[in-house]
Amino acid sequence: MAAVMPAPAASRHLMSGNEAVARAVWEAGVKVAAAYPGTPSTEMMEVVSTYPDVYAEWSVNEKVSLEVAIGAAYAGSRAFCCMKHVGMNVASDALMTLTLTGVIGGLVIAIADDVGLSSSQNEQDSRYWGRFAHVPVFEPADSQEAYAMTLAAYELSEQFQVPVILRMTTRINHVKSLVTVGERVPHTGAGFKKEPGRFVMVPGNAGKRIPLMFQRDIALRAAAEASPLNFIEDGSDKRVGFIASGPAYMHVKESFPNAPVLKLGFSCPAPFDKCRELAALVEQVVVVEEVEPLLETELKAQGLKVLGKEILPLQGELSPNVLKPAIAELLGEPVPATTPFAPMQVFPRPPTMCVACPHLGVYYTLSQVRNLNISGDIGCYTLGAGHPWQAMDTCVSMGASMGVALGMDKGRGESDKDKRIVAVIGDSTFLHMGMQGLLDMVYNKASVTVLLLDNRAVGMTGGQDNPGNGRDIHGEDAPRIDFAKLVAALGVKNERIHVVNPYELPVLFKTIREEVKVPDVSVIITDQPCVLIKDYHKLKPFEVIDDKCTGCGNCIDVGCPAIHVTRRGKEVKASGKEVDLAFVRIETSVCTGCGLCVQPCAPKAIVHHVPTAPIQLVKGGCA
Amino acid sequence: MSTTNILVVGIGGQGVMTATEILAEAAIAMGHDAKKTEVAGMAQRGGVVSSHLRFGQRVLSPQITPGTADVLLGFESAEAMRWQHMLKPGAITLMNTAKLVPPVVELGLFDYPDDPLAEIRKTGNKVVAFDATSIAQELGDIRLGNTVMLGAIADHLPFPAEILLDCVLKRFQKKGEKLVELNRRAFAAGRAAVGQAEAAPA
Repeated sequence: MAAVMPAPAASRHLMSGNEAVARAVWEAGVKVAAAYPGTPSTEMMEVVSTYPDVYAEWSVNEKVSLEVAIGAAYAGSRAFCCMKHVGMNVASDALMTLTLTGVIGGLVIAIADDVGLSSSQNEQDSRYWGRFAHVPVFEPADSQEAYAMTLAAYELSEQFQVPVILRMTTRINHVKSLVTVGERVPHTGAGFKKEPGRFVMVPGNAGKRIPLMFQRDIALRAAAEASPLNFIEDGSDKRVGFIASGPAYMHVKESFPNAPVLKLGFSCPAPFDKCRELAALVEQVVVVEEVEPLLETELKAQGLKVLGKEILPLQGELSPNVLKPAIAELLGEPVPATTPFAPMQVFPRPPTMCVACPHLGVYYTLSQVRNLNISGDIGCYTLGAGHPWQAMDTCVSMGASMGVALGMDKGRGESDKDKRIVAVIGDSTFLHMGMQGLLDMVYNKASVTVLLLDNRAVGMTGGQDNPGNGRDIHGEDAPRIDFAKLVAALGVKNERIHVVNPYELPVLFKTIREEVKVPDVSVIITDQPCVLIKDYHKLKPFEVIDDKCTGCGNCIDVGCPAIHVTRRGKEVKASGKEVDLAFVRIETSVCTGCGLCVQPCAPKAIVHHVPTAPIQLVKGGCA
Repeated sequence: MSTTNILVVGIGGQGVMTATEILAEAAIAMGHDAKKTEVAGMAQRGGVVSSHLRFGQRVLSPQITPGTADVLLGFESAEAMRWQHMLKPGAITLMNTAKLVPPVVELGLFDYPDDPLAEIRKTGNKVVAFDATSIAQELGDIRLGNTVMLGAIADHLPFPAEILLDCVLKRFQKKGEKLVELNRRAFAAGRAAVGQAEAAPA
């Protein structure tokens, strides 16, 4: 994204939580910001990169991004780092020691929890990191709060020399609401001052820092008790009082407008006295928190009688249609219907690969090769587990395809002793956390074929740049990693490294079939770009000659969403077996001419489309 | 004033989220507080998108509770059907008759409903159907469909259609008068399509 003129102070804008945080990062005078993309956090760094006077980068993974931010904060500059919830699993090694050194310049870590798993492999509650690492946690409830709390977090961070976690959820990151923005206040750090007792965490030094961390906990709890971010709103209906934070607060206010509520913005360390204050106002207290019963457990340990996950779900969002029935039941009131009638039955519409996606050829080929166990990874290509390919058997965490494949190879049982093990990983995931796994495979003499799908982008999160495509976060030239050389440097033999065009199905098929037979580590790199990035060039579209189509359905098995069935039929083969027929057409307006479907078409019914009238396109003609 | 709940649904890539954002801008121009949220998942990949817009004096939860949507704007037939339970009983659906058939249906794993319009009518909810895609094509560019859809909802909002039109056209001002004019026509065509359908006997 190109730099834009920031909106003037005091103006009001419709902003997502991500945009609001980015604005506050800029206003806070942050000098260094680093992140790895991950839904729903990605736009924070994308937007930060559009502001002037901030160094922004896509890091190779979340741990590196946090370390970059730590270095800047040690040097006295304000720093920012953001990630999705699982990103902190990767970055936590740094976090758990950072808490001992603390910071000089303010450091805010925004963690975006994908509550409801809109685009994640699990659901996690990042508030735990505050407890685990003894650092404060702020929880905004809308975009204005995300903005204000980011600014407040920098103040707190410097006041206590501690990193602050801004815990967001999808319902904060991606919701757009009004934000009144302010002025940028430049912040100049003093530069790094050597202080080995504080910054060199060897046992002797680190041990001395631990008591300071516990002292800081006490001071932070007092700060939370006094913080204006934690406040009680009294109400006339004293039957139930609520303690809520983040989006759950809005859902509570929506559902129970007359109930007393303790709103927690500075939620860790939890202000227990404030919670007692609310408890004294009401007949019973319900803690409404997404996802885990974290505060609830702490309050119970404090001797407070509260309810929480006894009546509320442990998974997903706590929206009004979850809260209202739960509380009605608690109060012995009639439980309101959640919908006027049951949702109508409509087919599912799972996400699909794009028209002409270079991964289509890979998964079509894998689905045609027998006797494989396929260890997969995280990215667009995870969709290969779905129809029609069903050519991915595991998906765990970023880079896991490597280690899991090695483990499958070494841990073979009776049923899979003759299976070939394949690992599938994307370029960015490989650079994020796959390289180490590949090295481990080489070192430990695995028999695994790795498919490294280099589409020159972090595809699933929107095509962000990475070290594999030679562009930095601003789209400017950057050194580009050579994957073939990289895997060779990790020890893969040169004759076991193949770079293939994934649109050439016969070559792909032959290469995969030959390599899986070799009891060694092979790497097959596919080298065509994501269709959504500027490196991709469209070709002339194809169409189906209806008379020639035999309805065999081979082209449908490629899985391209441009192929549509026009009619179905049945045919009785010479063997007496009845087979289903599906005659097709290609949606020429979206076909980009990749030619994948042409290759399995036996009757050669797919040919280049000849437009009957010139295609009229108006540049930028859509709202 | 109470909160107005507008649900915009379709599939990833159709422009559902942008359309909802323009509706939000219009509500804000009227002095309302507004919140817009999606249940989108990996929507860029052809998945289901339902975009919620709530506006009024002060909006708390960004999510529309099932059974409380005032209007449903459906960019695709089966998607309009999928979200009927979100509407207030008897509320109106403005629906593009376009059918986008996903690969799972092409593979024969599921069926596309024969007549989504009839299914919606069975619920007792009101529905107005029009072919936004053809209207856009007749105007010369399929991508005008988004503006046709916004025109379609323009007379079902608690503020004048012109406020929404201004917000639509603002998006094209920098791209030249020709595009502004095309979008003005697309907006008008969407309004007219719904107006005619409503006037005609069901």
